[in-house]
Amino acid sequence: MREQEHIVKSFEEELEAISTQIAQMGGMAEAQLAAAIDCVTRRDIALAERTVLEDRRIDEMEHDIEEQTVRLIALRQPMALDLREAISAIKISADLERIGDLAKNIAKRSIIVIGDYETPARLMQGLARMGKLAQGQLKAVLDAYAGRNAEEALHVWRSDAEIDEMYNSIFRELLTYMMEDPRTIGACTHLLFIAKNIERIGDHATNVAETVSYLVTGEMLVDERPKSDQTTTTAISALRDTQ
Amino acid sequence: MKTAQNTAQAESQTATNGATMTPAETASPQVTEMHPIKMTARKVDVFYGTKQALFGVDLEIRDNAVTALIGPSGCGKSTFLRCLNRMNDVIDNCRVEGEIRLGDTNIYGANIDPVLLRARVGMVFQKPNPFPKSIYENIAYGPRIHGMAERRAEMDEIVETSLRKAALWDEVKDRLQEPGTGLSGGQQQRLCIARAIAVNPEVILMDEPCSALDPIATARVEELIDELRENYTIVIVTHSMQQAARVSQRTAFFHLGNLVEEDETDQIFTNPRDKRTQDYITGRFG
Repeated sequence: MREQEHIVKSFEEELEAISTQIAQMGGMAEAQLAAAIDCVTRRDIALAERTVLEDRRIDEMEHDIEEQTVRLIALRQPMALDLREAISAIKISADLERIGDLAKNIAKRSIIVIGDYETPARLMQGLARMGKLAQGQLKAVLDAYAGRNAEEALHVWRSDAEIDEMYNSIFRELLTYMMEDPRTIGACTHLLFIAKNIERIGDHATNVAETVSYLVTGEMLVDERPKSDQTTTTAISALRDTQ
Repeated sequence: MKTAQNTAQAESQTATNGATMTPAETASPQVTEMHPIKMTARKVDVFYGTKQALFGVDLEIRDNAVTALIGPSGCGKSTFLRCLNRMNDVIDNCRVEGEIRLGDTNIYGANIDPVLLRARVGMVFQKPNPFPKSIYENIAYGPRIHGMAERRAEMDEIVETSLRKAALWDEVKDRLQEPGTGLSGGQQQRLCIARAIAVNPEVILMDEPCSALDPIATARVEELIDELRENYTIVIVTHSMQQAARVSQRTAFFHLGNLVEEDETDQIFTNPRDKRTQDYITGRFG
């Protein structure tokens, strides 16, 4: 119990229910992300197909949370902390839903790559590590939400740079494979999107971190988050120079 | 002119605040801090007999802004409101200590005539209480005793302007000689507001002005309050948290005779600093 209870018990219960559903949805997003990474690293087509289907449940959950929150706002007119709970629930569920979509997309792409390309071990390790980092970020931020802990959320927010750096190196690596053997371009492009999706999942985890911080402190984070994704400015000519 | 400027400033401030609500922004001067101070209360204690009802209240009321006083029943908010135009004088065993200033004038000073003071600081009550006279006479009464109009035409003008400002003119212009008590509740309340405006006050105090009105009449009065803010300083006591949030720019929370917290209204309702304020506005008071 984080606060003194409301005089109106049903209001208390509704807020609790929404918060519990966010936790459940978070658990589902974690499972989907873990499964998606496994699809890639274990080359498991059956798992990939299941993961793609499973995403629908996260979508339904988001819909559910949104409906309940809108209802709560309309009927209870929450104030202060309660209002922030409601707004945060909508924002976090949207981020989790996006994480679910990205995981589904990873699973989809993995099916093509598995049939098409023998991914080099080094690259596979890189993707696995990046996946682990994103999973860690997602878990940490969901824990921060469950514990209403702004400090932990801020830690997640700052740690995103690590995923960005991993992405940079995978991006460069994939470019070199494609230059060496143009027949790999199709599969490598899918792998590139897989890496990008993991990187985006990290970004959504930091969005959730911002929301948790707002939920707890009532103030929005203003600092520009340290951005380390350099791929938007990486050109092939630059790669040639470094080789 | 000055008022128009203030409003424009306030609006541009609101716009920037709305765009980025950040810790840095909330620390900077806020919407109503741009407004000059109209009334100041310093260390105000109020006693009913031996029972103390208010404890050392310090509060600044800003010009051309609506200040809402909120708090549970018996917290002292109405008592404080009534101090602002010396309505407590009429209660026998009531004693007010401390200082309350309107502009530079100490309103509890020896040379202050409470009747004149109440022309500068008007009041609207919870239940609409029109005089048992015509609509016209309800408005004309105040200006007449204050000698504000010499000729009938002048009085007609005051009546029309006041009713227009109270957004009631179009509804009653054809029946000014009918009794004020024949109007609907919402219209009666706007008549009382028009009556308060008629003597050209600087500050208007409102003690739960909408608690006896239906939602539509309430919305009309709230819209009116928002319009009146351009020319008057308004202090409103309300039990409706939503109403305080809707109509005011600043909110003061009272509890057990103490002023707990006073701040920008959006700050109070999104992120109050004091735990007691948060518990009250979120419905957690034990």
